[in-house]
Amino acid sequence: MTQETLEGTVPPRPAATAFLEVRDLKVHFPTDDGLVKSVDGLSFQLEKGKTLGIVGESGSGKSVTSLGILGLHKGTRAHLSGEVWLDGQELIAASKEEVRRLRGIKMAMIFQDPLSALHPYFTVGAQISEAYRIHNHVSRKAGRARAIEMLERVGIPTPDKRVDDYPHQFSGGMRQRAMIAMSLSCNPELLIADEPTTALDVTVQAQILDLLRDLQKEFGSAIIMITHDLGVVAEFVDDLLVMYGGKAVEYGTVNEVFYEPQHPYTWGLLSSVTRLDRLRTDRLKPIAGSPPSLINIPDGCAFHPRCPYEPMTGGKGSTVVPELVDAGKGHLVRCHLTAKERQDIFLKQVKPTL
Amino acid sequence: MTATTSDVAATPADDARPLLQVEGLQKYFPVNRGIIFQKEVGAVKAVDGLTFSVAKGETLGVVGETGCGKSTMGRLITRLLEPTGGSIVFNGHDITHMSRGQMRPLRKDVQIIFQDPYSSLNPRHTIGTIVGAPFRLQKVQTESGVKKAVQDLLALVGLNPEHYNRYPHEFSGGQRQRIGIARALALRPKLIVCDEPVSALDVSIQAQVINLLDDLQDEFDLTYVFIAHDLSVVRHISDRVAVMYLGKIVEIGDRVSLYEHPMHPYTHALLSAVPVPDPVKESKRERILLTGDVPSPLNPPPACRFHTRCWKAQAICKQVEPPLVQLQPGHEVACHFPEERVLV
Repeated sequence: MTQETLEGTVPPRPAATAFLEVRDLKVHFPTDDGLVKSVDGLSFQLEKGKTLGIVGESGSGKSVTSLGILGLHKGTRAHLSGEVWLDGQELIAASKEEVRRLRGIKMAMIFQDPLSALHPYFTVGAQISEAYRIHNHVSRKAGRARAIEMLERVGIPTPDKRVDDYPHQFSGGMRQRAMIAMSLSCNPELLIADEPTTALDVTVQAQILDLLRDLQKEFGSAIIMITHDLGVVAEFVDDLLVMYGGKAVEYGTVNEVFYEPQHPYTWGLLSSVTRLDRLRTDRLKPIAGSPPSLINIPDGCAFHPRCPYEPMTGGKGSTVVPELVDAGKGHLVRCHLTAKERQDIFLKQVKPTL
Repeated sequence: MTATTSDVAATPADDARPLLQVEGLQKYFPVNRGIIFQKEVGAVKAVDGLTFSVAKGETLGVVGETGCGKSTMGRLITRLLEPTGGSIVFNGHDITHMSRGQMRPLRKDVQIIFQDPYSSLNPRHTIGTIVGAPFRLQKVQTESGVKKAVQDLLALVGLNPEHYNRYPHEFSGGQRQRIGIARALALRPKLIVCDEPVSALDVSIQAQVINLLDDLQDEFDLTYVFIAHDLSVVRHISDRVAVMYLGKIVEIGDRVSLYEHPMHPYTHALLSAVPVPDPVKESKRERILLTGDVPSPLNPPPACRFHTRCWKAQAICKQVEPPLVQLQPGHEVACHFPEERVLV
């Protein structure tokens, strides 16, 4: 793993100590109907070799966060604010060109749908070697050799032949492997996987997760895993961030969030999934209502219209936005209920039904 | 909300004959080459010899990977596709090769809910038109007009009846799926084929739709064929479950016996691959990793179709196709080396 220093970087202001530190990230989109606050004040940290999971429903701002970190909102109408520190370098204030130089080599992304993320007109090999050739200024031949090497690394049979295939000649699982090969071609230290297995079958999902785990061990990269599948999260991540309506509602280690969840939304998520490891129940317990529109986020706590415990807050739920506070040992939660109330509800009402 | 843990599959009412009986069902899609003079160069054997039956009031779950033919099967039994071979008997009528005109009166009894709530609703039609279409097409007289009937249906599936004049784009994914369900329910069908009805929805909404399907089944005595790739959802909703691989059923049985004592290696692999939302348990679980992808149905492996990915495969698996045999009451397996294994 080469630690490359890049010329012309902005000297860090209040230096961040973690490998990746996101502070109060906001991504807002002005539209004709109003301001869409896709991500509204998100902070988290991630060290090398560790994995952070981000879960939430569609429209909770998971994907926008990842694009924001990669600087893919630059030059669009999006309003970005906050700080993203990657290995001592701030990315939000950095120019488009600077971020572009980092993309691929320092940070890379695996997209959800490999069929639409791969270009149908270019061979898989050309697409894998593109970033490698640009960042390392090597010849077409060396790029091709690298592409073959990467395809082999992600487990594609006869890579020297498949390198000249087009994406449509690959199956879904192989395309996702090719995407992973592409994102890893320059050994990035930060890998953002946006629903990498959602479009895949469970058997292929198991293969891909296995592959990602091996690669993480080998290269020591930091991974951000964005997903809505709590099973994948339980298997794969170290820390977990639960997002709702553009904000983090709960943030802690995976064990804390799974075994001592604090937020009513997390309780709802955990009890509404069908799971193979528990006895079958006659009825599922869904969360009432549907996720809010980001143009029209409810006043106060964004979750209050769907929260069964909202009456306990004495009207605060619908008027005051709760702060993200420490519920002990760095386990953060954004809820008006007191720690005691949450503890009681969880132990008496939620835990027995999980 | 009662969360009783009854893990005993409800025994379906013993009617004299099953509602739906399928035998040796096949569907081959021809592959042609040439522009003017087309000649057939092969066939995709999407469904290749399915035999099963569904009793009245029962839910049959069908699981399998992409391309195993489960959706094709759903479209065959609703006769949206013409089978290549085999027979489909629905409620005493042989519908295998019925023409569109002959099928029409039966369409009242067989309905389908599609996977994608975005593309299965016409964006130019209002909800009233979409949900009211079955009444108009079947020329069904309603007591107090189509509008009233549609509004009752909307209320039944948990939508606001005042949304009658809205367009599909004004609804969220979960609401659209409810519209699809309302449309399927309009004529009080006997059988509903649910083709991945919840896979496009968020987890919290999935649970709402599954509960709705459950309630409707109780209320109207519906029979479901529930196609899905999510094994935990299928376990929740089904009485019996069929596991498909490359156009064939490899294992079929009642829910409890299939999930607790699966016998086919493919079922083992599928069940072990489902991640459970529990970090400690998850780290301790044994996992069977299948190598490679599903072979192409254009040229499926001979004999046992799973032998190319099976860790138990021996010479016989490549030569003799294992028949689907009953190894336990109500539990059939197509494998030369079946073995019980506890994975859940």
